[in-house]
Amino acid sequence: MTPAAVVFYILASLALLSAVMVIWSRNVVHSAIYLVLTFLCVAGVYIVLRAEFVAAVQVLVYAGGIVVLFLFVIMLVNLAGTLGPRVRVHATVSAIVGCAAVALLLYVSASGGLDTDFGARIDLSAQGGNLQAVGWALYSDYLLPFEIASLLLLVAMIGAIVLARQKY
Amino acid sequence: MPVPPVHALVFSLLLFAVGVLGVLTRRNAIIILMSIELMMNAANINFIAFGLRSHDLTGQVFAVFTIAVAAGEVAVGLAVVLALFRNRDTVYVDEVHIMKG
Repeated sequence: MTPAAVVFYILASLALLSAVMVIWSRNVVHSAIYLVLTFLCVAGVYIVLRAEFVAAVQVLVYAGGIVVLFLFVIMLVNLAGTLGPRVRVHATVSAIVGCAAVALLLYVSASGGLDTDFGARIDLSAQGGNLQAVGWALYSDYLLPFEIASLLLLVAMIGAIVLARQKY
Repeated sequence: MPVPPVHALVFSLLLFAVGVLGVLTRRNAIIILMSIELMMNAANINFIAFGLRSHDLTGQVFAVFTIAVAAGEVAVGLAVVLALFRNRDTVYVDEVHIMKG
């Protein structure tokens, strides 16, 4: 195994472990902290998969922005130590979803469409990663979706402000 | 880069499964939103993995858009949670059944 593969497996297992802790811990603040750990590990996985730009955006937006938003709301609602029920398993729904996902994965891997290695044909020679390439793509080929995304964020911001106002 | 593609997909599937488990089993609306974020991360890993395999940047661009949509979604979702807490004094979705008939 190469060092990159070792890093991938370590980060993946750490991310899964902390993701389980997100839904397992009864304290909501602990869940938010474990969520940060999950996001950082997934960002590391992105770097291993040669997606440096997405990794940077992941750290900035998820670990920096969304988790802070979660923490603000946790402080605002102030559940005052009320620990909810830990888990309540809906056995039938869980079984259906799990079996469907496993069947789908088995079908895709058995049909032989995934037998090449990652990065076999990707250009790994760029020194600063693919930041520049993704930036060019965003501002040339995907300019209209990019602007629509900014419009969506504006709408979301206005909606959030209206919803969270004190007086209607 | 000898990470077999199936392993990345299995990682993504497991992360998605954890998110589904969180949505189905937890009753706290904030935890449910966190689980939705976990599922979006799993989808992003799939985008990047398949995009890398087909030597195309589209997967990464799509992942960036997914992150932007996730940011908007979580802002609106948390605002809904805040409004819910102001009006009903709870964030547990079991206790919100006013439209259940």
